[in-house]
Amino acid sequence: MQLGLLLAPPLGWLLIAYLGSLAVLFISAFWSVDSFSGDLVRDPTLHNFRTLVETPVYRQITGRTVGIAAAVTLADALLAFPIAFYMAKVASRRMRGLLVIAILMPLWSSYLVKVYAWRIILQEDGLFNWLLSPFGLSGPGFGDVATWLVFTYLWLPYMIIPIYAGLERLPDSLLEASSDLGGRGWLTFRRVIMPIAFPAVVAGSIFTFSLSLGDYITPTLVSNTQFIGNVVYDNIGVAGNLPFAAAFATVPVVVMVAYLLVARRLGAFRAL
Amino acid sequence: MVQSRAAKLLLRAATSLTLVFIYLPLGVITLYSFNDSRSLTWPIPGFTLHWWGKALDNPGARDALLTSVKAGLGATGIALVLGTLAALAVHRYQFFGRETISFLVILPIALPGIVTGMALNATISTVFEPIGISFGLLTVVVGHATFCIVVMYNNVLARMRRSSRSIEEASMDLGADPWQTFRHITFPQLRTALLAGGLLAFALSFDEIIVTTFTAGPVKTLPIWIFQNFARPNQIPIINVVAVIVILLSMIPVYIAQRLTQESGILRRR
Repeated sequence: MQLGLLLAPPLGWLLIAYLGSLAVLFISAFWSVDSFSGDLVRDPTLHNFRTLVETPVYRQITGRTVGIAAAVTLADALLAFPIAFYMAKVASRRMRGLLVIAILMPLWSSYLVKVYAWRIILQEDGLFNWLLSPFGLSGPGFGDVATWLVFTYLWLPYMIIPIYAGLERLPDSLLEASSDLGGRGWLTFRRVIMPIAFPAVVAGSIFTFSLSLGDYITPTLVSNTQFIGNVVYDNIGVAGNLPFAAAFATVPVVVMVAYLLVARRLGAFRAL
Repeated sequence: MVQSRAAKLLLRAATSLTLVFIYLPLGVITLYSFNDSRSLTWPIPGFTLHWWGKALDNPGARDALLTSVKAGLGATGIALVLGTLAALAVHRYQFFGRETISFLVILPIALPGIVTGMALNATISTVFEPIGISFGLLTVVVGHATFCIVVMYNNVLARMRRSSRSIEEASMDLGADPWQTFRHITFPQLRTALLAGGLLAFALSFDEIIVTTFTAGPVKTLPIWIFQNFARPNQIPIINVVAVIVILLSMIPVYIAQRLTQESGILRRR
């Protein structure tokens, strides 16, 4: 049973250490906390979910989080396309290699440091306002716009790389054929490039969307507004309401699992 | 090629601007690490190496750096074994649920960090603590390994899909036992994929903060140390230096991994 020997350690780890605890987390979302003693009450109740749906503040926070995650994904897709296209179809071989390294180096690295750098740049007497002041303008300050900007910055490389890899597989001859047949730039883009690049965009959006949904560090550092992650974090720590934290945490999980299932169907996993 | 000269110019300009956007904050923080003044006002009044000396002598930062390196090495080691085993199984065998493996390994990194963190936190306090393993370096390693598996898995699987099975079969036909075949044929084929995946996993672990927050207990990794010191204004100049050190230490492994291999995806270097 060689297969069993190969599979048992990784599957055991993921199923027990990870999926098991996810299941416990999900179940605890149906528990509650006794308001007098602060003890966990393990009787199943929909109370937490009812609070989430019925309280305007939580509806607003969910809307803000999902809205900003969507806006970040859109901005990243728009920003990533030109550079990915340049890398795949215009740059020389040598240049392409350099650009791939230049995009990949900051991708997995120094997340916290980058948010901190933006905090310095966006603050009252920081670089951003200094650049804008000659024009009589001032930056967005700390808030939702700053959060959107920093998220867009942070996850941009996650979008560039899959789109680049997708476009690289697009044969030049297809572009030539389209132009020979009279397809202008926009038509070629819509009918030839987009259908091939679409799974890659979806692959990139898994990261841009998911990473934005659960982050609480960035809003803490560059905003004063609340995101799902902040509420979850506060309920684990200060408020000590673990069941409510778990209930709110299931919102991004449900959104992401649905998203992943659709993404897999669209062939996005092969583009990762 | 289809593009006109104007289109090429536009694309080149867009590419340059995007690169400036990506590297600007890293450059800014590097300049601030040489900042003469304690305040963070721009423009920077003057430059000094004073804070670099202070930061390198700071015991808190040094302990945190050591912890981060240990956590990174531990997590990379576990992820290397588990990810490689899963990739071997998926590549070599047909079995029920094979397609879901790739879904399962990607889950810890695709789900928001706070969810992975909470889930692991619950497991540690309900399963690990009763058997005497409390929150600390070991639990950080467990947490980091969980989301690093996918990097090893993807790298190794991509490499195996490209290398040919017939060399292994030839080795077996010539009388090598499975272990000899693995040592002389399979492993050399996978070596750079393992190294590249390992470097990526290390970089991933090195600057993770959210899962770490939920699994570390009293232990401080470098990102946790930085985050906690944000609240202390007199530490700011030292944080700026430590930030630059983190940038260097998390980028260099990625650079080497990229040079080792060539083409790439987010989660793999082929």
